[in-house]
Amino acid sequence: MQITMTVNGKEMTREAEPRVLLVHHIREGLGLTGTHWGCDTSNCGTCVVLMDGQPVKACTVLAAMAAGHDIRTVEGLANGATLDPVQQGFMEEHGLQCGFCTPGMMLTARALLDKNPDPDETEIREAISGQICRCTGYATIVRSIRWAAEHPATEEVSV
Amino acid sequence: MQISAPFDYARAESVDDAIALLERHGPEARVLAGGHSLLPMMKLRLARPEWLIDINDLAELDFITEAPDMVRIGAMTRHTTLLESPVMARLFPIVADAERVIADPVVRNRGTIGGSLCQADPAEDLSTVCDVLRAKAVIRGAAGKRVIEISELRRGPYETSVAQNELLTEIRLPVRARSGSAYEKVERRVGDWAVAAAGASVVLAADGRIEDVAIGLTAVGLEGTAHRAEDSLRGQVPSEELFTAAGRLAAEDCNPVEDQRGPVDYKRHLADELTRRVLRRACALAAQRG
Amino acid sequence: MTLVEERESNPAAGDAARPIGFGRLQRKEDPRFVRGKGHYLDDIVLPGMLHGAILRSPVAHARIRSIDTTEALAHPKVLAVITGKDLEGLGLAWAPTLSADVQAVLATDKVRFQGQEVAFVVAEDRYAARDALELIDVDYDLLPVVIDARKALDPDAAVVRDEIEGRTDNHIFDWEAGDAAATEAVFANAEVVVSEEVVYPRVHPAPMETCGAVADYDAVDGKLTLYETTQAPHAHRTLFAIVAGIPEHKIRVISPDIGGGFGNKVGIYPGYILAVVGSIVTGRPVKWVEDRSENLMSTSFARDYIMRGEVAATKDGRILAVRTTVLADHGAFNATAQPTKYPAGFFHMFTGSYDLQAAHCKVTGVYTNKAPGGVAYACSFRVTEAVYLVERMVDILADKLEMDPIQLRIKNLIRPEQFPYANKTGWEYDSGDYEPTMRLAMEIAGYDELRREQAEKRARGELMGIGVAFFTETVGAGPRKHMDIVGLGMNDGAEVRVHPTGKAVVRLSVQSQGQGHETTFAQIVAEEIGIPPEDIEVIHGDTDNTPFGLGTYGSRSTPVSGGAVALASRKVRDKARLIAAAMLETRPEDLEWEKGRWFVKGDPEQGKTMAEIAFATHGTLTLPEGVDGNLDAEVTYDPPNLTFPYGAYICVVDIDPGTGHVKVRRFIAVDDCGTRINPMIIEGQVHGGLTDGVGMALMEIISFDDQGNCLGGSFMDYLIPTAMEVPDWETGFTVTPSPHHPIGAKGIGESATVGSPPAVVNAVVDALQPFGVTHMDMPCTPARVWAAMQGRATPPI
Ligand SMILES: Cc1cc2nc3c(=O)[nH]c(=O)nc-3n(C[C@H](O)[C@H](O)[C@H](O)COP(=O)(O)OP(=O)(O)OC[C@H]3O[C@@H](n4cnc5c(N)ncnc54)[C@H](O)[C@@H]3O)c2cc1C
Ligand code: FES
Ligand code: FES
Repeated sequence: MQITMTVNGKEMTREAEPRVLLVHHIREGLGLTGTHWGCDTSNCGTCVVLMDGQPVKACTVLAAMAAGHDIRTVEGLANGATLDPVQQGFMEEHGLQCGFCTPGMMLTARALLDKNPDPDETEIREAISGQICRCTGYATIVRSIRWAAEHPATEEVSV
Repeated sequence: MQISAPFDYARAESVDDAIALLERHGPEARVLAGGHSLLPMMKLRLARPEWLIDINDLAELDFITEAPDMVRIGAMTRHTTLLESPVMARLFPIVADAERVIADPVVRNRGTIGGSLCQADPAEDLSTVCDVLRAKAVIRGAAGKRVIEISELRRGPYETSVAQNELLTEIRLPVRARSGSAYEKVERRVGDWAVAAAGASVVLAADGRIEDVAIGLTAVGLEGTAHRAEDSLRGQVPSEELFTAAGRLAAEDCNPVEDQRGPVDYKRHLADELTRRVLRRACALAAQRG
Repeated sequence: MTLVEERESNPAAGDAARPIGFGRLQRKEDPRFVRGKGHYLDDIVLPGMLHGAILRSPVAHARIRSIDTTEALAHPKVLAVITGKDLEGLGLAWAPTLSADVQAVLATDKVRFQGQEVAFVVAEDRYAARDALELIDVDYDLLPVVIDARKALDPDAAVVRDEIEGRTDNHIFDWEAGDAAATEAVFANAEVVVSEEVVYPRVHPAPMETCGAVADYDAVDGKLTLYETTQAPHAHRTLFAIVAGIPEHKIRVISPDIGGGFGNKVGIYPGYILAVVGSIVTGRPVKWVEDRSENLMSTSFARDYIMRGEVAATKDGRILAVRTTVLADHGAFNATAQPTKYPAGFFHMFTGSYDLQAAHCKVTGVYTNKAPGGVAYACSFRVTEAVYLVERMVDILADKLEMDPIQLRIKNLIRPEQFPYANKTGWEYDSGDYEPTMRLAMEIAGYDELRREQAEKRARGELMGIGVAFFTETVGAGPRKHMDIVGLGMNDGAEVRVHPTGKAVVRLSVQSQGQGHETTFAQIVAEEIGIPPEDIEVIHGDTDNTPFGLGTYGSRSTPVSGGAVALASRKVRDKARLIAAAMLETRPEDLEWEKGRWFVKGDPEQGKTMAEIAFATHGTLTLPEGVDGNLDAEVTYDPPNLTFPYGAYICVVDIDPGTGHVKVRRFIAVDDCGTRINPMIIEGQVHGGLTDGVGMALMEIISFDDQGNCLGGSFMDYLIPTAMEVPDWETGFTVTPSPHHPIGAKGIGESATVGSPPAVVNAVVDALQPFGVTHMDMPCTPARVWAAMQGRATPPI
């Protein structure tokens, strides 16, 4: 079937079987490999993307279900050369090691900050509790998100 | 990543359209709500529907409306919406208690109350919540709508009285004065299904005695509510001894099975312990709302 | 209070945030990861690429009667279905393991564990490959299973490896270290002896990215390009040459960005070999990536040690000797990854951080109907099991003697003047000053105050526990005269090249799985030759473009490759001196080094920077006799000894007496890893390991039912801590450099994974003291804690 959705602000249409998962559609159909996957049972959260601004596990949403919706992936976090404060926070505070869980963590962080610009440690921990990081032990992720909360104005970073 | 067997997909545009699509595509057509129970089962190929009827566009099923005697919740109301609803927090604290420990925040953005009740997983939390709140369920089919007691909805593990060509559209929660409710769950880790959980709802009479009470248990093999425990409380003045006795009765009446979450005696112990805890809190809240 | 090292300012760099050498520095790899531009295995797409999927055994032990692949082959998108029979024809049905055993690539005679590889489908896309698996029909004849390692050696136990000629039991090896007689003599006369069975259950490294490979065999030039999730690309290349018979110069192994390893990506799995076979058979690239359930059920597990520990001591708390007998469950194939001489890895570090008179261990390895593996999950070659045993036993002794567990430890720690310290099982600990590390942990924790709080809470019936662990690791394997993996000496090469404009490239044999090699190794070069880290490119993970070396595991990258990089950099620096002397028309002896520059002694104005020297080297300068026109150097480093990082950990838990639920309230970790290259990265490594420790202590386990069905085969049941189960870590550090390492660094990758499980379990047991509990096995799930409170042990499920 033809599936059209808005991905990072661009309307994209691709052909896909109804059973294609959103995560596969994004990665393989649209070639945006920043979104990862890590489990079979909707537990790990490495596949998190924003659907209409809300974090969802893209392995548990059909591409067909996302048709007509607004999807934001890690590739859509930065505004050109300007990183989102969340991205910068993760670099400043060592919020990532292998980087595999990072896109999902950052997108959840972005959604959290959009809703609650000044979250405390507990609120941050709760917000990311559906996502597993095997590397960092979370404290630096919490600090990264706090960093972003404290630096809402994006600074110019050229990468 | 595991992948489901092939199927066809259709999006319903209205409740009637959904019912028509279910009728048209026959016995192997299933409703797709949040998809957070159905899709995982399909990926493991434990479920193989031939058609999925997506009802996510049905905004008409996504509502919480408050009337003096009743709160109506649309079947497509997401867990997150319930968790954050001020109406729920005010009238039914048990809902936020339970929602806070259902899955994780990302899953809660998708999973719906209708899907939860229709999935009828024995470890599913909202069934217990609806049981103790003595909810009613509204079901729509081609022939029209029927309203049933929540106790008639669940027929057993993974089985409900919603027919294949019907839709659960709404849950109705009766609002009662001087009531209080609470839920508590033991899980191995945040995001895990319950080892065991208990929910209680209490209505106090003007003199402070327990006028009505319902106790439900999750994941420990109790069908319906814990009648003997409830009977032991009705008409009594809330007290620690009373809760202890009720906890013991609830534990006796459940029928847990051993699994990775724990052995039978532990789960029975939790039924007892958690029943006491939720009764304590529900009574205190009911007294507060006076 | 959290001690975090401040950013070191380095005026020479002209930028406080960017030190030229060691110090806190943002990671060079991060910009691509935060933009979603990491390039992991499943991101690789080659033209014409096909997808493979593995059919796995649903049962733990069965003879294969027949496999019918007709229907699968008839699937329109399927190009090949490969079975064990097909592989037999190619001589590839069995592959050597890293422990001198063989492992079935695809089962031929029988399946030996649930999840074992039975057939391989190659199809046009991954969905079709999955669909075709359902079309293969296998007829199994069930056999009795061996699941409990304790029963594996029973005379009537089924024989797991009956294909090996003459084999009539499940015994793999017996291995001993230390002096049994001397130890027995100490025990015979000891005032106090404590004994306990301590089980370290089977767990799994479970990196967030599962394992996979893309094989691209070019039949025309006979070249295999193999993209793999591997922690050891060079070792894999050599092994593939041996296994597949492809000449080594025709194999290129590329390890792209790796989504976590923790030892899971050391071994060669059947899936990798099958991807290669699939590519040879179809003539097209083949990708194979496992599911999470395949990862948990079939790839390298960790631990699975049943240990009987004994400690002999005096009444006043002097520990005299430790001994242990161990039953090691190796699963169906002996595929642990460790130096050849050491079938139990470095388990003989079980003497811990204590000055003993005698020690002895005996380890017996057995086959069972479970997945193979064994050394994985950040364990420093089984130091994890060793430290857990001794730290649990010391607590049991403290309980028996009614001594404070910290005081007991301090009394027995090896004293600074005893280093280098020869322990009783053959190790020489390089350096240490243990007591200040322990005391710093106490200070950060506010230990005495915590004990007071605990006493008050106990009086009220609340359950609070304080757990302590002091650990010493042995990492950085290792000296080639003692250590090899399948015959390959455990040395690492590294190459440093300075380009004409003074920018540099360093090529490493090791591969990062998140440890930040691109930053740390650039910092080592920067420290040695003064080129800023941002001007240094780190190249790794490609055997065609990097020197040979054994890979990243056992915390060996900094100790071994770090040594190689430091020495190669020094060679560059020395050469630069000769060239600078020529430029300045003076003698090399008359030059003095400051970071990034050689200058004339007594005349600092007269000098040349590395960039100037580099340009001159590649320019028209007449070079001194015997000096060639580059600023490059290559070194293969053979470490003289291992390094011995250590640390003191304190964990505080609260337990809900009604439910048995354990909450880790605080965790204090003070580590000493010698010279600290990038404190930020070090702290990150520690945090990750502490989380692993909480996971193992409280929730992680791969268990089996009595039919051998794996009960931990998905993330629904293999539980990994989320942000909610771990506290905000409180870290501190001391610095005791390694005397033999070129920069004094000891390695930090696994310290916390090794040290934290006993701290957490000791805290849980401490909390349960009012119930008379002196030991409980991991994981301390609510159900099992509650059972312990009832005076019962429940089997770990
Ligand atoms: C990782 C994870 C952890 C979880 N943990 C918990 C937990 O701790 N506690 C808990 O209670 N739940 C838990 N869940 C389940 C979660 O709450 C699900 O979202 C919920 O049970 C199903 O809701 P859904 O809208 O996703 O339903 P779906 O998956 O879309 O549907 C479930 C079933 O109900 C049917 N159905 C759905 N809506 C209707 C309707 N309106 N009328 C008729 N039939 C309908 C479907 O056909 C299907 O058979 C967890 C889920 C995940 C993925
Ligand atoms: S892939 Fe694990 S939750 Fe989506
Ligand atoms: S950084 Fe590796 S999983 Fe989070």
